[in-house]
Amino acid sequence: MTPFTIHNGQLAPLDRANVDTDAIIPKQFLKLIGRSGFGQYLFHDWRYLADGTPNPQFELNKPGHAGASILVTRNNFGCGSSREHAVWAVAQYGIRVIIAPWRQHHKDRLPGFADIFRNNCGKNGVLTIELSEAEVDRIFHAVHTQPGLQATVDLPQQTIVLHTTPEQTLRFEVDPGLKQYLLRGLDDIALTLEHEADIAAFELHHDVQCAGGR
Amino acid sequence: MAKTLYEKIWDRHVVKNLSDGWTLLYIDRQLVHEVTSAQAFDGLRLAGRTVRRPALTFATLDHNVPTDNQAVITDPIARVQIEALRRNCREFGVTLFDLGDANHGVVHIIGPELGLTLPGTTMVCGDSHTATHGAFGALAHGIGTSEVEHVLATQTLRQKKSRTFRVEFTGRLTPQVTSKDMILKLIGQIGAAGGTGYVMEYAGSAIRALSMEARMTICNMSIEAGARAGLIAPDETTFNYIAAGDRPYAPRGAALEGALASWKMLTSDAEAAFDRTLTIEVAALAPQVTWGTSPGMVADITGRVPEPDQVAGYHKTDVENALAYMGLAPGTPLTAIKVQAVFIGSCTNGRIEDLRVAAAVLQGRRVAHGVRALIVPGSARVKAQAEAEGLDRIFKAAGAEWRHAGCSMCLAMNPDQLQPGERCAATSNRNFEGRQGKDGRTHLVSPAMAAAAAVAGHFVDIRTWN
Repeated sequence: MTPFTIHNGQLAPLDRANVDTDAIIPKQFLKLIGRSGFGQYLFHDWRYLADGTPNPQFELNKPGHAGASILVTRNNFGCGSSREHAVWAVAQYGIRVIIAPWRQHHKDRLPGFADIFRNNCGKNGVLTIELSEAEVDRIFHAVHTQPGLQATVDLPQQTIVLHTTPEQTLRFEVDPGLKQYLLRGLDDIALTLEHEADIAAFELHHDVQCAGGR
Repeated sequence: MAKTLYEKIWDRHVVKNLSDGWTLLYIDRQLVHEVTSAQAFDGLRLAGRTVRRPALTFATLDHNVPTDNQAVITDPIARVQIEALRRNCREFGVTLFDLGDANHGVVHIIGPELGLTLPGTTMVCGDSHTATHGAFGALAHGIGTSEVEHVLATQTLRQKKSRTFRVEFTGRLTPQVTSKDMILKLIGQIGAAGGTGYVMEYAGSAIRALSMEARMTICNMSIEAGARAGLIAPDETTFNYIAAGDRPYAPRGAALEGALASWKMLTSDAEAAFDRTLTIEVAALAPQVTWGTSPGMVADITGRVPEPDQVAGYHKTDVENALAYMGLAPGTPLTAIKVQAVFIGSCTNGRIEDLRVAAAVLQGRRVAHGVRALIVPGSARVKAQAEAEGLDRIFKAAGAEWRHAGCSMCLAMNPDQLQPGERCAATSNRNFEGRQGKDGRTHLVSPAMAAAAAVAGHFVDIRTWN
């Protein structure tokens, strides 16, 4: 996996909540059995018109948003299907960072990202960042005011610097285990296989019908 | 210390707590299908790795297969994917329930049927509806392809413990109201992200009264609330299901007796603490119909399409976009919405009890003019059982199409798709834009409600209809 340390890139807005993985990569592209070539199909049904030309109304097709690598969006991004093809499409389009807000709903805090999608991002070197709605609103405002806005995402420092005038800095939280994993670009299967003796020892006493009373 | 059911299953499967705050959790069963596995097997080959426990790994072909004629795969890209799974299963020694096999079917239908799904076990599949198996008190997670590869190679999953959310359903359902309505009501109440980060446990008298198949419908849709898994504590209903019938992978004889003693301990302790709890009374529950493009956009059949600024948990613009996509105006009674297609099937509602309910509605009636109805059994076993009971004849006499097993129009990867603008009453699990076909419009309902909509040509309140 490509390590993630400090990323400089252009922001693009996708101002929608509950963007599901069917929208990120429609089902017709899930028949491919390779791991590459998915970037061209990202957001396919929104991004292209029926004749295959780019839909000028779609956010990422608007002037100033081509070539973006930092996507700012709304809550519950990546909900639905577990298809990792969605993250392959995101990564192969060139997006390294996705920013979404958590949301207060009654007494509960609704996460910015769906679990499986966020997990799949981690496996593919895509950094998911959760901020408050007010902070995300600020980023939307900045990028609407200044299309093509550049930002620096610093994983070791856990900061996002928006290159507005003057610059604005936002801090973010990240799981410490995931941070190390991203920074070093680790292969988690190789890491787990370092615990082979523990797995083998566990298997000696474990009943896979769960009839044992461990 | 008092423990929840989730914590008990978790504790039984901890291989090691890792220094980075994650846990290596042992996985008892991995189910595999053609769409999310090819890249995982490729990864193993590239790294020179093997499948650690092929005897705990089971595969089926369900997502992209045709349901009209399964002897010939005409789509060349689908055929390549199907052939890849066949080749991978041969090469790595994994059991495959292939097309034409008596045990073939949708992955979450065949796991329970074959006795692969057992209480207290951990299960994974590269599919978000893996939560289905939680109906047996199995901890079942949907995972991505990288994790599929990880489990194939190590038989473990790196996990962080989830928070716990107990939903108690009290009271008794009225006739024609089903477990599908219970789970849709819950999602409407907590929202499509209301369960994110949680393992749900469903409990209460209304859950205890449900059959195993009805419980599976509830756990299946846990992911539509964003949950990591859904659980129901096993009880006599569970044990009777496992003990009855031909379930080749379930323990039998003395092994079953021993297992039962262990499985009976799989309940949340009375004093166990949950991070969140909610109670829903079902006595007055009405049949549910989704009206939007997120499963939380749902209402009672007696209700109307809402005003965009009146939907809890959704921004006004998101509701406006949903209504524009669905071609619906606020204030429209749900019973006034006409459908052109009906889909009965999927891992949510493609089991024999679902088909019996649909047949009871369609018996002696006709599918309305201008409506096409597709009835797709969840497995070859369900198909054979339905035909033994004569349900297929009822469906065909009513003018519905009777198909072979597969995921079919739930995700429309195969030729079973909606046309642009076509509106469908579906027993499946997702009403996302384009889910059942580009620009198709999906309304999620129970099998009884779908069958009645097929006859009436529009949604009806099944409780008072005819």
